[in-house]
Amino acid sequence: MRYIPHTREDVERALAKVGAPSIDALFADLPQALQDPDIQVPTGMDEAGLLAHLRALAAKNRPEGPNFLGGGARRHFTPSVTAHLAMQSEFVTAYTPYQPEVAQGILQATFEYQTIMSELTGLPVSNASMYDGASAVAEGVLLAMRQTGRDRVLVSRGVHPETRAVIATYLAALDLELELLDLDPYTTPTPGVTDDVACVVAQQPNYLGYVEDMPALTGAAHASGALLVAAVDPLSLAVLAPPGEYGADIAAGDGQTLGNPLNFGGPAFGFMVVGEELIRQFPGRLVGETVDVDGKRAFVLTLQAREQHIRRSKAKSNICSNHQLTAIMAAINVAALGPAGLRDLAVGSVANAHKLADALTAAGFAPRVEARFFNEFVLSVGQPPAKLRSALARSGVHAGVAAPAEYGFGDAIILSATESTSAADIAALVTALVACGEGRALEVRNA
Amino acid sequence: MPEWSQAHAQLPLIFERSRAGRRASQPPAPEQADLSALLGAENLRQAPPRLPEVSELDLVRHYTQLAHRQMSIDANIYPLGSCTMKYNPKVNEEAAKLFQDLHPYQAEETVQGALQLLFELQGDLATITGMDAVSLQPAAGAHGELAGILMIRAYHRARGEGEQRRIVLVPDGAHGTNPATAAMAGYAVVEVPTGPDGEVDLAALKARLTPEVAAVMLTNPNTLGLFERRIVEIAAAAHAVGAQLYYDGANLNAIVGRARPGDMGFDVVHLNLHKTFTTPHGGGGPGTGPVGVKAHLREFLPVPVVAKDGERYYLDEDVPNTIGRMRSFYGNFGNLVRAYTYIRALGREGLREVSGYAVLNANYLRMRFKELGFTVPFDRVNMHEFVAQPPAGLRTLDIAKAQLDHGMHPATVYFPLIVKEALMVEPTETESLESLDAYVETLAEILERAAADPAYLRGAPYSTPVRRLDEVRAARQPVLRYAFEG
Amino acid sequence: MKTPTELRYAESHEWAAPDGGSATVGITDFAQDQLGDVVFVELPDVGRRVAKGEQMAVIESVKTASDIYAPVSGVIEAVNDALDARPELINSDPYGDGWLVRIGLADASELAGLLDAAAYTASASEEH
Repeated sequence: MRYIPHTREDVERALAKVGAPSIDALFADLPQALQDPDIQVPTGMDEAGLLAHLRALAAKNRPEGPNFLGGGARRHFTPSVTAHLAMQSEFVTAYTPYQPEVAQGILQATFEYQTIMSELTGLPVSNASMYDGASAVAEGVLLAMRQTGRDRVLVSRGVHPETRAVIATYLAALDLELELLDLDPYTTPTPGVTDDVACVVAQQPNYLGYVEDMPALTGAAHASGALLVAAVDPLSLAVLAPPGEYGADIAAGDGQTLGNPLNFGGPAFGFMVVGEELIRQFPGRLVGETVDVDGKRAFVLTLQAREQHIRRSKAKSNICSNHQLTAIMAAINVAALGPAGLRDLAVGSVANAHKLADALTAAGFAPRVEARFFNEFVLSVGQPPAKLRSALARSGVHAGVAAPAEYGFGDAIILSATESTSAADIAALVTALVACGEGRALEVRNA
Repeated sequence: MPEWSQAHAQLPLIFERSRAGRRASQPPAPEQADLSALLGAENLRQAPPRLPEVSELDLVRHYTQLAHRQMSIDANIYPLGSCTMKYNPKVNEEAAKLFQDLHPYQAEETVQGALQLLFELQGDLATITGMDAVSLQPAAGAHGELAGILMIRAYHRARGEGEQRRIVLVPDGAHGTNPATAAMAGYAVVEVPTGPDGEVDLAALKARLTPEVAAVMLTNPNTLGLFERRIVEIAAAAHAVGAQLYYDGANLNAIVGRARPGDMGFDVVHLNLHKTFTTPHGGGGPGTGPVGVKAHLREFLPVPVVAKDGERYYLDEDVPNTIGRMRSFYGNFGNLVRAYTYIRALGREGLREVSGYAVLNANYLRMRFKELGFTVPFDRVNMHEFVAQPPAGLRTLDIAKAQLDHGMHPATVYFPLIVKEALMVEPTETESLESLDAYVETLAEILERAAADPAYLRGAPYSTPVRRLDEVRAARQPVLRYAFEG
Repeated sequence: MKTPTELRYAESHEWAAPDGGSATVGITDFAQDQLGDVVFVELPDVGRRVAKGEQMAVIESVKTASDIYAPVSGVIEAVNDALDARPELINSDPYGDGWLVRIGLADASELAGLLDAAAYTASASEEH
């Protein structure tokens, strides 16, 4: 019996105490017709067989090879110490810290996490984490609507398409639709904002990799009493102006780049950091500092009356579980890197992305470098991106993500670099692009 | 008590350990880059973030000492009701590592193993719950609830009844996420009272079932740990007025492998993989909340779902009337691997044993609690958990705090709201009888000592890293981040 | 438990002190005791029109949040801003410095429909 400790004597002793003839008899409340359905799950496996099965599945994946994939998740250097410390049993197998006297580990680590996110974003109040970047931004939109009492939402097309899709899902629940702000063609022009708008949502750097004029967007929102929701990559904030510096009201995003494994897209964690005036409308758990009866510093979940377990149908959100462990992993990683290390990763990513663009230009390609970009940019290609991506995958190169048709670049991909992108990786990409016909197409185009 | 003896000193914050110039790691040195030229000086950060600067050993000590101030399943019995704090198998962690380097946007042919796993897990969860289709996307139970209620909403709208159906019914004993989710989806919430037998008051439910009702949200067994024996009749009554029946899967551990929500008449179900299927709770998350539906709701599933065409697995975005995306990418894949590993380790027979032993342990513990003088307000054979009240004159909170001194985690306290001074106890199948006996014997000692010295209980805990906290101060003057000096 | 005889009461634990065409409103000593230490109060905007029985405020303690209902109909004329910084006034002085709002009465006859101190005490003790 896997993971069940009961001996036959234990079962007899327990049944005698309960006064039941058998375990099955304990299920007498279940209508007979409902009992013991035909469940189509294979017979259990022993550990060796199980791991062999899983390794065989894993062998059908190909994670290795030069990787130019971004789109909200990137493979950055992560010190070995990060996962070792984050994956300690005491953190991994703890519950939500509702008994603070025996949960100071999670609580203090979360308080430190909140401080780190506050420092990175330049805004004062971080919650303990959300699910992922997309749903965090969507909750940021709902927060802006509660705070302003308005219900129009302007979203830059530069916001990750999946984030926009999640905002749309959350708004549809309220019979509302988001309104898109088009790019021109790389960044978001300053929009007209009327006084019925709850918030403007923009992403920095945007989905295509280009640097938005966030102060201008913030100014336009504020001029009409709307809030600015900044969807940001926290790693970029080691270098780029943080939302607090340009006056954004809400910073939200995905924390994967702070040292979470890629995990095929999850779990990483979402974060949300806001100005103090938004605290009462804030969704999610918050850890605060206080003292115990002996006057000793201690940490505790606080302002819980906003939350579903107390406020029920009037809660600020239905969120209960968050992504505490992966958020703590990020805090550990930031502490392991320190301010200098975090900056090294950001600067290295910027430098390598520009090296990559230069190499492509030198090889006769035409990367879109007319606008300032951070660690990603658009490359027009001469064939449908899906076909190109498959062809490059056969050469062992994970090419960029496809640039959606909505951006008007025709056949194009978005290439991403990190501090770990090597000269050999770049050479492999250029060679593979030429080999799958891109070189010839460009020669024709450039002629 | 010994387990906490080293954890008494006040621990500095990581920021207080920081010394300028220390580093715990050596990332690749970047090439020199003129950031002002590349990014525009106006786009650069003015004030650097104040982040910790510590050596690697400082870092290790800090987080190891924090871990020592934390109760966990791996160290302590943790019988929180409705939380299913069972053992999280280590092989799950090994399995998750096999897949952790995959990028979500790799070309489909380079992630066939991951997609196959997701496809098979969709099938496993469908057959376990008796549903026709499953989305693995939601990131937590409450997120799955939202996906489920949005599908129900889309279904009613597709039938031209969107305007008419404005109400979601939830029992008064429901988890707080149920009413919060319904409100988030734009519904008015109407409570259904619990009857004298601890189950949904059927007459009251029927009186509230009008053509305005979009859905009834139920947990079965309910939050008193009792199986809703009239579930088939409830389903028929809901369906008779065109309402959909929603299954909150928080308590699935009670019946997994033995009965299925789909067979009971539920139209939508969410699962908490961090409860029934042993993915770690992680101090509050990440959870994972897949949602299953009957065939008539398949067209509304969130996208993408994982599909198979011949030998090829792919992400299918083409769900005709999808509610859209719930989050980025495909769900908490790492946890989906863990849950798949668990299901395949146990197999169908093993799953059936899970519920059997979970229910045996809970009933054994209920009998032992009664021997101690606890009251069980709805005293009959319970399922995976039971709700008790302390002996006269004692407060649940005080007993819970006293348990902490003994390295034992208390039950869920003050829930469900319909029972005063409630303790909700869920031992799970992975605790041994010796462990349950020790838990009970400790409680007996606490009660004995409280009888002789009432002040003792009010002051507990005494030996934990910190003692009772001033939660009023934390809420009146919130301090939510470290205040740097200067 | 104090229940001043000069005040009028709602079963939902609010008190009203009539004063000309207005009434000052707060929560009872019994209610503050049940809530425990108040940590935050959400008050309505001045100028808002409320109907008798309508939810108009929320009082939060550490582990609960309670809706507060208007005991009489009318317009919110003033709110107790001191509660922003000192929500504990509701605990220490529920009938004095811990008042919540002043309502300009739409229909003074509604006051007669409220409970007197004896009837409220009976109603509250039943609940307890």
